[in-house]
Amino acid sequence: MTTSDTAITSDSVDSGARARVTEVLRANADAIADRWVQLQLEQALLGSDLTESELHEEADALVAALAAALDGDAPVRRLAYSDRDLNRIVTDLSLRRARGGASPTVTSLAVLALKQVLLEHLRGATRESDELLAAAVLINQLLDVAGALSFEVYVEGREAIIHRQSHQLLEMSTPVVRLWRQVLAVPLIGTLDTARTQVVMENLLQAIQDDEALVAIIDITGVPTVDTAVAQHLLQTVNAVRLMGADCVISGIRPPIAQTIAQLGIDLSTILTRATLADALAAAIKITDAPGPDGTDGR
Amino acid sequence: MNGHPSAGVPILQLGDVLISGLLNELDDKSAMAFTEELTQTISSTGARGVLIDISRLELIDSFVARMLTHLTTTARLLGARVIVAGMRPPVAITLVELGIELSGVETALSAEQGLTALGWHRAAPTRAGEAR
Amino acid sequence: MTGSHAGTTRAPQRADKVVPAHHSTESSTHPVASEEDLLSIRHAVRAATLHAGFGIVDQTRVVTAASELARNAYVHGGGGTLTLDIVRRLGTTGVRLTVEDDGPGIEDIEEAFTDGFTTGAGLGHGLGGARRLMDEFTLSSTAGRGTVVTATRWNNRRAP
Repeated sequence: MTTSDTAITSDSVDSGARARVTEVLRANADAIADRWVQLQLEQALLGSDLTESELHEEADALVAALAAALDGDAPVRRLAYSDRDLNRIVTDLSLRRARGGASPTVTSLAVLALKQVLLEHLRGATRESDELLAAAVLINQLLDVAGALSFEVYVEGREAIIHRQSHQLLEMSTPVVRLWRQVLAVPLIGTLDTARTQVVMENLLQAIQDDEALVAIIDITGVPTVDTAVAQHLLQTVNAVRLMGADCVISGIRPPIAQTIAQLGIDLSTILTRATLADALAAAIKITDAPGPDGTDGR
Repeated sequence: MNGHPSAGVPILQLGDVLISGLLNELDDKSAMAFTEELTQTISSTGARGVLIDISRLELIDSFVARMLTHLTTTARLLGARVIVAGMRPPVAITLVELGIELSGVETALSAEQGLTALGWHRAAPTRAGEAR
Repeated sequence: MTGSHAGTTRAPQRADKVVPAHHSTESSTHPVASEEDLLSIRHAVRAATLHAGFGIVDQTRVVTAASELARNAYVHGGGGTLTLDIVRRLGTTGVRLTVEDDGPGIEDIEEAFTDGFTTGAGLGHGLGGARRLMDEFTLSSTAGRGTVVTATRWNNRRAP
């Protein structure tokens, strides 16, 4: 599947071109690397963090890796992925730029700028137009994929950061507070979705274990709407709290939400509910007092 | 296997309460052997309460959940009340997502609270006031 | 959960099978032929979730789902295999379980997802429950030709 027909034909047609480009890369390695760095500086294709010596190091490594990769016989179109060294160098280079604040477009353009340099040098190596064309096609195939890889790596790096941040945000938006001895509360504010409810459940259960809490209050005063999925999630949370051996009280069910829940036909009858957080706390204290006198804490 | 396979899970008797603790992992055979053994012990000792500490158990799938429900029902028929204590948060979350509520199974936060609920402290009158 | 039709839930957004070379994919296949196999599968899956950097809750979800699926294959499918893959896509890592058996297959897939459904030794929560524990879940089955379940969970944690 990967060695598609086009790759095979263009590769076999271009075996001469391949050798020629390799030769150009080898013979002019330093000049190519220097010129590439110069182009990047001219076209402002860089973020902030890179020193010129780092750029030169990077360029030398890339040029050497390109020559080495072309020396083998793997399909040109796949080299940026299939050649280990080349892949690593393009990946590192892209990540470095992503961290330095360059945009993904600029980063892949920087890789593509190498095309211009190679074509310039190629013109010095041959005057034959057929040969020039074949070599140009090959350079395009090679570097287009490298540019795409660079773009992809950049986006992926960003994606990872976004992922981490949104998780941190979730953690922050669902605090578990200790209201009373052995009584915890989670005041929920804003829309509830599956991801958020899962974080709430995790944090709450962990806090119950850590504090040996007997009652957990989930206050939904700040939740604008409740649909079937959210109601199910709330039920799951209540059930999980019970499985751990604690009780759960839901407070702050506003009239419209109570109506929705009734209309959805969700049975919350087995769940202790209170109108306000204050009422819920009163109920919770009563629960913790019940086994208290002869139980967990002495008097 | 011989006629009475052992689950390798010790069952202690303290007054009229049986105490047992499951380890971090329970395979199907051990789960069944444990049920068998505990049921036998309840009937031979006439225990009124059973505490199963699962604070070390890292996974409860539908098979083990079924065993716990089954055990609770059987024990009740034999006149004993079962409390399952110390379920870990990840296990509780996974169980509810799996759709298992362990209905009918009583739970407690810790072995200590489970024992208190079973009224075991009354059988130990001389115990000096617990710290903390 | 909405009783969506059989087969897929939350189909993968992108073809994560096309893994670029700078991504490695680890894979291992385990037999499901005895109760002991169920135990070693749990260990292998636990190790894979750790390797993928999962938090403790996600570890437990995936190991439990694997236990359910493997037991299903063992009890209803007369045994089979479980293949474990570490998969990657934009910004995250996942663990994929592929459970295959050569059993009688499932005739009514929708029914098989219903909690309480059982065809054999009483494992009502197997399929529907396992589906809820995973992010992606596909099942294909032909009566008389066995069943293949593929289930993936992505790491949502990405601890630095």
